[in-house]
This record gives sequence, structure tokens and C-alpha cells, in this order.
Amino acid sequence: MQKKEVKKTDENILTRMVRNQMFIPLLALAALALFNLIAGPEFFAITLGTNSAGNPVLSGYPITILDSGSELAILAIGMTLVTAASGGQDISVGAAVAIAGSVLLRMLCGGNSRPEELAMPIIVAFLISCIVAMLFGAFNGVLVAYFKIQPMIATLILYTAGRSIAAWINNNELPVITDPGLSYFGGFIPGVPIPTPFFIAVICVVAIFLVLKFTNLGLYTQAVGINENSSKLNGLNPQLIKIISFVILGLCVAVVGLIKVSRIQTINYSVIAKDIEMDAILAVALGGNALSGGKFNMAASIFGAYVIQFLTQTLYRFKVSADALPAYKAVVVIVLVVISAPTVKEWFGKMSRKFKVKEVA
Amino acid sequence: MKDNIVLQMKNIHKSFPGVRALQGVDFTLRKGEVHALMGENGAGKSTLIKVLTGVYSKDEGDILLDGHEGPVAIHSPQDAQKVGISTVYQEITLCPNLSVAENMFIGRTSGMGQNWKKMNSDTEKILKSLDIPASATQQLETCSLAVQQMIAIARAVDMDCKVLILDEPTSSLDEQEVEKLFKLMRDLRSRGVGIVFVTHFLDQVYEICDRITVMRDGQLVGEFEIKDLPRVKLVSKMLGKELDDMSDIKGEQKTYERKAGEVPVLEAENRVSDAGIKPFNFHIDKGEVNGFTGLLGSGRSECVRAIFGADRVTGGTIKMNGKPVKINKALDAMKNGIAYLPEDRKGDGIVGDLSVRENIILAQQVLRGFFKPFSKAKQYEIADEYIKLLSIKTASADTPIKSLSGGNQQKVILARWLFTHPEYLILDEPTRGIDVGTKVDIQKLVLKLASEGMSVTFISSELDEMLRTCSRLVVMRDRKVVGELSGDDLNQSKVMSTIAGGDK
Amino acid sequence: MLKKKVAMLLAVAMVAATVVGCGGGDAKTDAPADDTKTDAPADDAAADDGADDAAADDGADDAAADEGADDAAADEGSAGGTIKVGIINNDPNESGYRTANDKDLKAMFTAENGYEATFQYSMKNDEQIAYAQNMITEGVDYLLLSAADTAGWGGVLEDAQAAGTEVILFDRVIDASEDMYAASIVSDMDEEGNKAVTWLEGQGLDSYNIIHLQGVMGAAAQQGRTKALDEKVKAEPDKWKLVVQQTAEWNAEKAQQIVQSVIDSGEDFNVIYAENDDMAKGAVAALDAANIEHGVDKKVIVMGFDCNKWALEELKKGAWNYDGQCNPFQAKYIDDVIKSLEKGEEIAEKTIIMEEKGFDAKEITDDDIEKYGI
Repeated sequence: MQKKEVKKTDENILTRMVRNQMFIPLLALAALALFNLIAGPEFFAITLGTNSAGNPVLSGYPITILDSGSELAILAIGMTLVTAASGGQDISVGAAVAIAGSVLLRMLCGGNSRPEELAMPIIVAFLISCIVAMLFGAFNGVLVAYFKIQPMIATLILYTAGRSIAAWINNNELPVITDPGLSYFGGFIPGVPIPTPFFIAVICVVAIFLVLKFTNLGLYTQAVGINENSSKLNGLNPQLIKIISFVILGLCVAVVGLIKVSRIQTINYSVIAKDIEMDAILAVALGGNALSGGKFNMAASIFGAYVIQFLTQTLYRFKVSADALPAYKAVVVIVLVVISAPTVKEWFGKMSRKFKVKEVA
Repeated sequence: MKDNIVLQMKNIHKSFPGVRALQGVDFTLRKGEVHALMGENGAGKSTLIKVLTGVYSKDEGDILLDGHEGPVAIHSPQDAQKVGISTVYQEITLCPNLSVAENMFIGRTSGMGQNWKKMNSDTEKILKSLDIPASATQQLETCSLAVQQMIAIARAVDMDCKVLILDEPTSSLDEQEVEKLFKLMRDLRSRGVGIVFVTHFLDQVYEICDRITVMRDGQLVGEFEIKDLPRVKLVSKMLGKELDDMSDIKGEQKTYERKAGEVPVLEAENRVSDAGIKPFNFHIDKGEVNGFTGLLGSGRSECVRAIFGADRVTGGTIKMNGKPVKINKALDAMKNGIAYLPEDRKGDGIVGDLSVRENIILAQQVLRGFFKPFSKAKQYEIADEYIKLLSIKTASADTPIKSLSGGNQQKVILARWLFTHPEYLILDEPTRGIDVGTKVDIQKLVLKLASEGMSVTFISSELDEMLRTCSRLVVMRDRKVVGELSGDDLNQSKVMSTIAGGDK
Repeated sequence: MLKKKVAMLLAVAMVAATVVGCGGGDAKTDAPADDTKTDAPADDAAADDGADDAAADDGADDAAADEGADDAAADEGSAGGTIKVGIINNDPNESGYRTANDKDLKAMFTAENGYEATFQYSMKNDEQIAYAQNMITEGVDYLLLSAADTAGWGGVLEDAQAAGTEVILFDRVIDASEDMYAASIVSDMDEEGNKAVTWLEGQGLDSYNIIHLQGVMGAAAQQGRTKALDEKVKAEPDKWKLVVQQTAEWNAEKAQQIVQSVIDSGEDFNVIYAENDDMAKGAVAALDAANIEHGVDKKVIVMGFDCNKWALEELKKGAWNYDGQCNPFQAKYIDDVIKSLEKGEEIAEKTIIMEEKGFDAKEITDDDIEKYGI
């Protein structure tokens, strides 16, 4: 351990910083924050008010970012694992959220699209939607692990069919739940001024870090993602581990489904969580994780998710039309891809070495 | 150039960073001959062929071709094709979803127009003349592998090739298919085509070839008429041991004898996997070091993989200490106290991006189970212990294994398996591509482990190493176990003659 | 090999998508169709309240006395000749509007009403065309069509004319001259916008600071509903201002984020003009979180479109102010057209614009919710 520290001090501070996986998302965050600060510091103002139900709530752009970024952060957890283990991405999460949300509503309504009271406790309905979402995750996982189909192509199936399945679950009806209990998950718990989705995200993050600490999930997914043959010869079952990563993503999907449905107390099959898969993938990439799989940094992915929401919110602030958002995100992707390209990395390395020489001189 | 010579390569040099792959190699091919190019791994065969076909550019030397004034310049596979040099690889490089005719003519038509009728009828003609059982309009992937290979050859021949290179064409064919291919080769030979035949199968060399060129370590060993080079001599040339000085370097190890009443640690009966080996029997006793030997491609790795369950096991039984056990996958083997250091270090051994520490604990961690991870502190403790024990040179336990030298990577993998405290350790080419010092370290370690009661199977391409460490050798040829040597038989000449299949 | 696998999977995916796509609908589709066959004799015996209709239809048939009369006479029971209609619609999963539309059609074209109906769904033009050609070959009397795309229907219309099949368009128009089809029953999206803006003007605010949430850009409903507002803002720029005009792509969450962003920026606004109910709902969620009062006689006026039942309920509660209808109930209009054609009457005006309402929170009744809610 000591040797390690000695070793570290040898290195140039700049090199160390650039090498850190958090560097890119932090840099992006700093740039966005600076930009917003220059455009007007009121961006960072947080005020305590009350909502229409008379409960205290915090509001302001930073709170909105924490609120809306939470779904993305939760999905980024699962997406990071899938990326690490399978070397590909699941593009069906948006459609899977629609399915999970639809199951949740169906369970709560018990078939009546405008129920006076809930057909079952929210927690039970949520657990059922978890199971369904995990089954769909397992379906994707089996296609990827056993049929060796590229994850993007395998998940294209659910991407195509998912929203129709979601509509079918509720017989094409659009149930509306009026029970205030459901609104807490996507809104505020009475008396707590911080948006609940943020708490849910924190719970998920803590959960995944506990899992990574107290199980071998991290080691196994990385080993399988880096070298499947070797993993197999070390007694791992690469197929099973890939499927597990998809199932965990399914669980994340169910949680997001709960938040999304809770936000508006109903569902619109064709637009709920639309394009969220792209943001989740972007979060993983922004976190400096290789989209080709292998080593991952969970914290960086989660952080990347909030940075993306920061970007989205900044664009809203400047009234960029919503349908132009993907174009701006595309710019981010291009920058990311270029930064992580080997040639550019080499160049960075050269520059930092030059810098070091100068310092010495 | 002499009349009957179609190709002459003179004094070819080629270096890669840190490796001198070819050092002044000459090669001569005559009209109407099948010429075997032989050599063990790293001998430079494939480099030579890649230079000839323009995949690599040579550093030095000339290539002369019949009908061309002076040296020819070949800078790309297209150039090679233009001057009449064609290659057919083990893997079919044609398009499986196009028709046979389309495959014959793809990339050869000039302009955009295409006379499909003529193309089909031309193809039929060629197929008929070469007696290839396929039709022009058939989709390629509906043909058997052998036929596909023959079509690839027909395509090459139709392009007026004078030099045909067949790179391991028989590896995935069964005996009858090989026979068909040979018939085609003989036919082409009679038409004056010069064929370079690269293979690992000794029998096939002696069945079809006229001449043999042997290479070793990037150098030419010599060119021989087939009748002047009996098998045992060929083997010795490939391995670089002259029969004369096969001074009986007897191993330092004691001849192993099983104590009364003891059962073998492991006993395999009719074990067979889907990797193409014939069923084999094998056993190892407590504290014994033995090995599989044979030429490259003889099936020695496949045998130990079959024992460990690394390939799909298709039959046979395993007994550990006399009790039958089920070993169908790596984890089964590990649970039964078997460890396996694979031959392909990069592809099967290291987990490149992970740290030395994670690479060391991986196997034991898997055995411990998903919910029982070693604590970080424990991981460092273990890693530091093995780094010291095997004197692994690494900046820290957190260094990614891929940034270590080959020898140190191998030591990390060894550490990984030692940490599982196996009863039976399989080392498949643990010394390949690593420095001499490390090689010696590993051999010493093997003997030490055995003296402590571990059973070790040791495989190496270098016979010396095996003779030094093993007390018994299982000899393989052409994917079959052909003999077992121990005691006084453990000397080079005996091993080589067994590999060659008698003193023929 | 891999390519093959991928192709196979895609095929499976498509089949799955189709099966699922029709899954909900199929059960419903089959049921009425079966009813037609099995219930027809039962009808005869029972001579229930459908008998009047049947009689009326008989009359219509006789009056028409077309070349089919012989056939009709041959198997003449008391039920008379049913009218065969083939209905091609978009996928009912597409939206609440489409679901309501499909339900309405299914309720109208039943055996009790003297129809034998076949339903086909697709959101792809070429599939719809294939269905249409099949139906014409099978000899339907009327082809009812909500086309996925405006182009490519020339061949179908010609075939229909040759086979003596009358074509009635509903909801969507196609590129064809008027004499190729019998009637076209559509919504006037511009009128929906005008109605809403006129209503808003009638609220008599001193100034209008509007958050305008648009649908997917380019959709007919978006264009129509945006146009009226744009014109108004242009005409009276001092009084009418757009605080923000953005597309939320029919999406509640996006609408919520956009409105949240305006609230966070501290800009003042007093109208939410959302081009569908979902977006209005998302906007209201943001308002609630910030404790901004909305609805009847409150600070912010909330406007939506489509008349979802739940939206009308919000109106009734006074949480919203206005909801504009996009009428999915074309069946009655179609039925009228068919009846007059059967009587041999000419359809004077081929383009029939449906009556559409705009509901004010102050005036809406429970009956309205029941009747117009989708």
C-alpha cells in the first residue's frame, strides 16, 4: 500500500487527473456550471416553498436536476453492468419501462381503468412489476448470452414490441390513479422538501454499492466482459453472468417505471420514457466506461447521468426546442468519442509529458 | 532461372519490433510438385507465406518468378494474384451466401456488366474438369467444407495460378474429404501447378508431398527430397535436435513408482471432447510429474482441456482418487482440486484490464462463491504474498496485468492456480514466449510442488524441458495417443521416433 | 451464420410485434365477427329490438334494388341482406383517440345494426393497401379507410370502382380526386385551434403570457392547434405573449420538465396551452409542485385537447379550464352516409367535417363526460 502511494507522487498531477475516470464527467459538469453561472447565477438559486398540497418543497434548477436525473441515474446502474458484462447496450429500456409501468397500473386498478380505491397495496403491485421487468430482462439476457446476438440487436425485439405489449397489458386503456399514495414516489412525501425520486435513486445507489462490496458482481461482470474464455476457464459461467446483468437492469427498469407512472399518475404507452435508453447509454459513456465492455466505474456512470440531466436542464433554460435536444446530445457524444479515441489519448499523453518536461526545466 | 522452377525466394529477411521473424530464408518451388513447408510454432512459416502473398513487405531479399525478368515486387495480395500466386486458407474466405459461380468470379470481372449465363456455364466447365461435386448455381454454404475448399482452389486455378499455397487445408476435414482434396492436388500437380502445402499432419506430408522445406526459429534448416528424409529425421529437424547428439539427457527426476495400495490421483478413461481428438486414457499419481508430447497440432492441449472440461466433453470418465467424478466444465474440475494453466495466455489466461491482484484471486474467489468476496485487505495480502513467492515484477498489485511482461503475466496466472491449492496442476506450455530465467524458475517450481505431493502435468514444445521435469511422457501424433514412455525410454531419440511413428 | 441468426430473430421480432400489436384488438375483432355468423339466426327467431333496424334496412335494400337484389332475394330471411363493410384502421394502441375510434366503429358496425364487418389494423401504408385489395376481392360493399399515408391509394380506388365497392374515408385524407370515393369524414384541426383561441380570448385577461406545449412537430393536430394561437399572438403582440413555445412531443414528462424549467427561471405566465391532455397533465404536475394555483378563477388557465375522460373529470373539478375535442366518433357519420347511399341518394358534400366541441370547465356536465370522454 505504501509503495503505491510513493509511486503515485512520482506522477505528474495533470496526468493523474486526466487519467481519473471521473475527469471527463467532472470537466463536463464544470463547463456547464460555468456556462450557467455566466448566463446568470440565479440558475443556482434554491427556494423553499410549499406545493399545492401544502407541504414544504424545495425548488429551483438544481433541485429539478436532482429530481429528473434520478431515473437516468437508476437506469445507468443497470446499463453499466450490462455494458460491462456483454460489451453492448440494451436499447429496450424505454419500452421496458412502459411495460413495467403498465403492469403496475394494471395491478393497482385491477382491470377497472378509473378505480375508486387501489386493488392492492402499491408495494405489492410494484413487486409484481419488478418480477415482470426482470423476466423481460432475462429474455434479453438469454438472447445475448445463449444465442450470442449482439445486445443492441437482441434488444431491438423488445424495443419494437415493448410499447405494444405495454398497451396490451392494460387492454389499451389509460388508467388514471387518484390515490395520493402513488404520487409520493414521483413527487414529494408530505413534510419532506426534497423530491422523492432523488431518495429512491440514493437508495438504489447505496444498494448497488453494497452489492458490489459484499458480492463478486463487479469482479465477475468485468472478468466476463474483458475475457470470456478466461472467465470460463476460471469456473465462471459467462452466460449466467450476462443474464444476471440484464435482470438487474430489469429491476432498475421497474423502479424507473414506478417513478414515471407516479409522476403523472397515468401512462402514455407510446411516449413514456421515450429515448431514455439513449440517455442511459450516454451516461455510461460520459462516465468514461468503455462501451465495448470490461472494466467499469459505477460512480462515474451515476455521476454522468446527473451531468446529462444538467445539460438537458441547461438547454431547457435557454429554451432550446425539445426536439433539438438530441442534436445537442449528439455533439456531446461526438466529443466523448473523440476524446476517448486512442489517437487523441496518445496526443494527450504527449502533451502531458511535454508539460512535465517544462516543469522539470 | 532453371526450366522447371516456378518460384524462388532468396535470402528473405523480415523483422518485427523485437523479433527477427525471418533470417535469410531461401525457398524454391518447382513446376508440378507438392512442397511441404514444415516447422514448429514460431519457425516463420506463416511469415514467409505472408511475405510471398504481399501481406507483409519483406525487409530484404528477392522473389523470382518463372516468366518474369528479374525480381518481382509484391506489395499486396492483389499483386500476388496478378503474378499467379494464390492462397487457400484453412478458414474459407469465400462468401457462404453467394452461389458457387458467383464465388468463382467475384472480384474478377471487369466493368459493371456481367454475363450470368456465361459465368454459370464457365463455372460448370471448371467444376467438371476438376471433378468437383458441386453445381454452379448452388449456394456455397450448402456444400461440404471440403467441397468449399476445393472450390476455393478451383477459383485460384482458374485465375491462372502457377503457385498455389494451401495453408492447413486439411485441419477441419475428415479422412475421406482429405482423400478427395489430395486427388485434386495430384490432378493439379500433373497440370504443372506448384503447390506449397502447410500442415501439421506428418502422415499427410508423406502421402502427397515430393519435397520438404524445414524451418526453425526464422531460419532455413534445409530442403529435402521426401525419400531422403525419414520421419524421425524430419521430427528431429523440426525440433532442432540432431539424432546423433541425442545424448541421453536423462531427466533429473527420479523414475516414479506407485506405492502399493495407492490409487492414481486422476484417471481418465476414453475421455474425448469436441475439439477433434480421439478418445484417450490417462492417469497421474500423487507427486508425479508427467507430460503430453507431440508436434504442434498433435492434440496434446486438447487432451488436457478434455480432462479439465475446457472444451465440450463428449465422452469418457474421470476418477479422482479412485472415485468417479463428473467433470463437464471448468468449475467441476476446480472443485475436484484440478487447476489448469492454459496454453493461450492472452486468449484464455489473463483478464487483461484487471489488476494483478484481481487476476491472482480470481479462481479461488470463484470457488469461494458469489457472496463471499475477499475483503480488499485480504486481497492485497494474498497478492503481495504471491508476488513475493514467485518474484513477480510488477509496479504494484493494482497494475493491470496486461502491462506486465509475458513471463510475469504467466507467473500471475500460476499464482492464481497455486492459490486454489490444487491436488492436480496442469501446465500447458507455461514456458512459451518467456525469458530463460523465468523458464528455469517455473521448472524448478514444478519439481518442488511435486516433491510436496502435488501431481503435475507439464506440456512444453521444448523436449529438453519435458525430459528434465517429467517422469513419464504420453506421446501424441495426429490427435491420437500413440505411446507412453518412462524410465530408460525417456530420451530424445526414443521420443522422436515415437512421435514420428517408428524409425521409418 | 451470425447474419442468419439475426435475420431469424428480426423475423421473430416482427411476428411478435404483429401478434402483440393485434393481440388486444384480435379478441375484440373476432368476437363481433363470430357474432355476425352465429347470432344471425338467433336474431330471426328472437325478433328483438334490432328488428326495426332490420326492417328499415330491408326497405333500403328494396329501394336500392341493385344488381345484388337477386342474391338478396335468394337467401331472403327476415334479416334481409346484411351490408358487408371492410374497415381498415390504424393500430388502436396508437393513442387514446384511436382506441376510442376503434371502439366506436365496433359498436356501430354490428350484426344488430345490419352490418357484417371485417376489421384490419396497420400503421403501415403498404400493409393497409394489401388489406384493402383483399377486402375488395372478397366483395365488401363498403370499404372504410383511415389511411396511414396519403399517397399510393390510386390502384385501390380504381379496383374498388371496378368492383362496385364504395370507399368512405374517415379521420385521414388521401391524395385522390373526389369522384374516386363516396365521402370523407374528417376533423378540422384548424377549427379546433380557432375554437380554443376564441374561448381563451373570451376569458378577457389583461394580458396573456402563455406556455405553449406543442405536439410532435408536423403532425396535423399540432399544425392546426398551433396555427390559431400563432396568428393571435402575431395579431396582438402587446397583449398576447408566448413565454415559451416548445414541443413536448405529446409527452407528459417532457411537458412537466419544460414547465418546471419556466417556473425555475422565475418567468411569469398565466396560461398553459397544451396541444393534448397528456401534456396538460404534465404541466399541471409541475404547477402543483410549485404551488401555483390553476383552474377555474385561479392564476393559471390550463387548456388541453382530445377530451380524455380523466381530463374532462379534471375540468369538472375545476382544476383545468378548457378541453378541446378531437372527435373520434365517426361511426355515426359513416352510418348516415351508407344509409343514404343504400337509398340511392347522392352525397352532396363529399367532405364531411364532424362537429367538435370545446368544453369549458364552468359548463361541463357529467353527461358530457360520459358521452364525449374517450
